[in-house]
Amino acid sequence: MAQSLLEIVEQEARPYAGARVTRVQLRIGKLSTVVPDALRFAFDAITRRGIAEGAVLEIEEVPLSIRCRQCEEVFIVEDPFMICPRCEGIDVEMVSGRELEIRSMEICDGD
Amino acid sequence: MEIKLVKEILEANAAIAAQNGALCAEQGVYVINLMGGAGAGKTTLLERTIERLKGRRRMAVIEGDIATSRDAERIAAHHIPAVQINTGGECHLDGNMVRAGLGQLDLSDIDLLVVENVGNLVCPAEFNIGEDAKVMVCSVAEGDDKPLKYPLMFQVSSLLLLNKIDLLPYVAFDVERFCADALKVNPHLEIMPISCTTGEGLDSWLRWLEERSCTKGA
Repeated sequence: MAQSLLEIVEQEARPYAGARVTRVQLRIGKLSTVVPDALRFAFDAITRRGIAEGAVLEIEEVPLSIRCRQCEEVFIVEDPFMICPRCEGIDVEMVSGRELEIRSMEICDGD
Repeated sequence: MEIKLVKEILEANAAIAAQNGALCAEQGVYVINLMGGAGAGKTTLLERTIERLKGRRRMAVIEGDIATSRDAERIAAHHIPAVQINTGGECHLDGNMVRAGLGQLDLSDIDLLVVENVGNLVCPAEFNIGEDAKVMVCSVAEGDDKPLKYPLMFQVSSLLLLNKIDLLPYVAFDVERFCADALKVNPHLEIMPISCTTGEGLDSWLRWLEERSCTKGA
């Protein structure tokens, strides 16, 4: 996961010769298997001596939310159940919770 | 300066997975991503499946393990094409690894391809490989709390094979609670109790496979 992230970051920074990556903003869904601290640990390890060394990962943790088609409403839920908390129906779809996204990154010119 | 992106971290894998899927669909191959914890019974299930589908579907298997070729050897002993992928440490197969595996198979000669993923209830759920369906194997010897502990895996699967039911008299596994929890996490999950030792429930599994795959002929 950290490797895939780094490949995208390096690819996006490539047009800016000499730039260093200082921050990367991510959105990680609650239901995803990524643990933010574990990702930071792995990312720190693989960015040593590269253009993203020291880059800070800012991670927005996205809650699990589901839309109930019967109630026509979106609910943020704590438990990973695909059941409407109001009507207990199963005609639901996940709206958020599985994100593994890079939103943006910050670079600064090299010295 | 800020660079706005909005990219999926796994977009590269998704693209390769889509290519894998298209290639297999083109060749009429139905692909299953077989997942489950280490020791759940995935390889044994495959052996029983191969025996019973002989003459009805032409099968092939891609085996994913961190190390050794033991599983591929077990499958190859049944005289069907078996490719072993050693991840060397990665705890899951990804699209790229499976693409390499596909390259070693004659897809025109295959009706049903099962990719047996690395034994792991976590990461395989995140990485598509180009499959038509994700099938999970859980055994009653693993504890009945898995659906709540590993919700994503249960969520992305179409079918759950609850294996080793012959051991139920000897383990503290609450089948009702397990199924209730699994259905809360995925109300559309089909659950089939089976035993690869006694053969119980395997007919339903074979029917499930035959309904979804078809044979291209002799």
